[in-house]
Amino acid sequence: MTYQSQKVALLYFYGALTLFLAQVLFGVLAATIYVLPNTLSELLPFNIVRMIHTNSLIVWSLMGFMGATYFLLPEETETELYSTTLAKVQFWLFFAAAGIAVVGYLFQYHEGREFLEQPFAIKVGIVIVCLMFLFNITMTALKGRKTTVTNILLFGLWGVAIFFLFAFYNPINLALDKMYWWYIVHLWVEGVWELIMASVLAYLMIKLNGIDREVVEKWLYVIIGLALFSGILGTGHHYYWIGAPGYWQWIGSLFSTLEVAPFFAMMVFTIHMTWKAGRKHPNHAALLWSIGCSVMAFFGAGVWGFLHTLSSVNYYTHGTQVTAAHGHLAFFGAYVMLNLAVMAYAMPQLRGRAPYNQWLSIASFWLMTTAMSVMTFALTFAGVVQVHLQRVLGQGYMDVQGQIAPFYWVRLGSGVVVLIAALMFVWALLVPGREKLTPAATGGRLQPAE
Amino acid sequence: MTVSSDATHDTSGWGVLDDLPGHPMMWVLIFSELTAFGLLLGAFAVARAVDPAGFAADQTRLDVGLAGLNTLVLIASGWLAARAAIAARSGRRAAVRGLTAGAIALGALFIGIKLVEYGHEIAGGADPETSTFFTLYFLLTGFHLLHVGLGMVILAVVGWRAAADDVETGAAFWHMVDLVWLVMMPSLYLIR
Repeated sequence: MTYQSQKVALLYFYGALTLFLAQVLFGVLAATIYVLPNTLSELLPFNIVRMIHTNSLIVWSLMGFMGATYFLLPEETETELYSTTLAKVQFWLFFAAAGIAVVGYLFQYHEGREFLEQPFAIKVGIVIVCLMFLFNITMTALKGRKTTVTNILLFGLWGVAIFFLFAFYNPINLALDKMYWWYIVHLWVEGVWELIMASVLAYLMIKLNGIDREVVEKWLYVIIGLALFSGILGTGHHYYWIGAPGYWQWIGSLFSTLEVAPFFAMMVFTIHMTWKAGRKHPNHAALLWSIGCSVMAFFGAGVWGFLHTLSSVNYYTHGTQVTAAHGHLAFFGAYVMLNLAVMAYAMPQLRGRAPYNQWLSIASFWLMTTAMSVMTFALTFAGVVQVHLQRVLGQGYMDVQGQIAPFYWVRLGSGVVVLIAALMFVWALLVPGREKLTPAATGGRLQPAE
Repeated sequence: MTVSSDATHDTSGWGVLDDLPGHPMMWVLIFSELTAFGLLLGAFAVARAVDPAGFAADQTRLDVGLAGLNTLVLIASGWLAARAAIAARSGRRAAVRGLTAGAIALGALFIGIKLVEYGHEIAGGADPETSTFFTLYFLLTGFHLLHVGLGMVILAVVGWRAAADDVETGAAFWHMVDLVWLVMMPSLYLIR
């Protein structure tokens, strides 16, 4: 860690980890309700549990991105942050808004509209938080060195804020409502978030593998070129059955098929860069999380996305457990693992320790990744059976749910393992080894030639 | 200190794209475009195999004469763009500007003729929702038309500056637009 203001990232990482544990906890609770439907049915209905599970995922992902930005920006721009006070105030506003929203949900106070359930006042708060954040990082970027990593990261973060504005537009017409809703949901996770992912992975490759910036930048341009080429019109794969014109079935099928390309490129990128560098960086755990991120994102977002993205396939699979399988592995691979990779890299430096308990972090990696894969397969099999019984043979929804219950038990079991792995990860970050900081182990040894 | 010095100290580090004329990122775009148009034409071929009679009936409602004329217009425009790239390499700025202006003008003519043709078809009761044939026809030609428009903007930018590398980059995109039309035109209009 070279710049004092990078320390502000620590606050964001603590907040993100707190919400991460809450997200997984509520996920386990929701999985329990699936198999034991009367669990907390009076006190905490399933829709509320699910809402907290998904909302906290999104908020902690964003909080992690913000932390990652505050951490890497001073190093990239070679200047201190514009204002650490503003960054701290912004964090507490964001954390309070998230907390108030969750407490509100517990009392069933929300606006509906999946993922955008936050009450109006909270939505306004989110916009204010975003403006504070963008002002701070943009001012920092303007006064410092300009790099491709920073440019693309800022492009992505501005995109996040701009597309969130569609949350304020909610037409009465349900088809239009859904159309604009996807401007946020799709253009975030399959658009601008991918820019954030690519630029943060690029930063990690520069730092962890000492790869020349010129090489990384070329990869970055190709990856974001592919992401935007495929991802923007890929929105069409959500327009098949919402009342939009039929040609969206062709546009959506075509461009969302191509959405596999940027994820494939990111996987090749991290593996190729690491193979070239020969894993010389002492923080093996961070490198493992970084590569794992691109690999699991390729399978979760790329392969599992393609499984049901063609309109002729989606006609049968829409809204079944196939979707749930894809959603879980895609979010885990792309955005959960990205944040965990950044934290695994940054936290030892922020806390001035040698790269902490790597054994525990690496064990957590394998446990969490395996459990998420088991969960994904369980839900995929559940989805295939569901499609056949419900959509092909025409059995009733709840009759089918009863028959696929064994898969839900497997999902619950793997969810519990994910929770254990998450606790191991947090422990590995917060309760580090006793070694003193040595220059060779700070993570700053393999600086690339600029 | 760097681990990957071998990759950065040779020509420009884009691998196989280094040997192609123009900017390597343009070739990433061109390959993406060819993939997208190729998949859509593949989808057209599959849909046609499923419903040969319906496709044959709808095909007769297209204006082959105007499409043939447009093919000549676009090829002529591509030739002018190629001449502009050659002129740019020898530093003849005025010639570059004249030739790209000609290429752009023929691009505009292509768009005009295509819109007249659309007018005839829409007047004849065809729209993107009429049938699978017309959905794919309007998508394929519509996407292509948007690329003609984008190509004209690109040519205008690179033609004005007239730097050899830029003009080659623009001409490469313009030839992609040519090439896609040359595959698309017989697939949609001629193959029975």
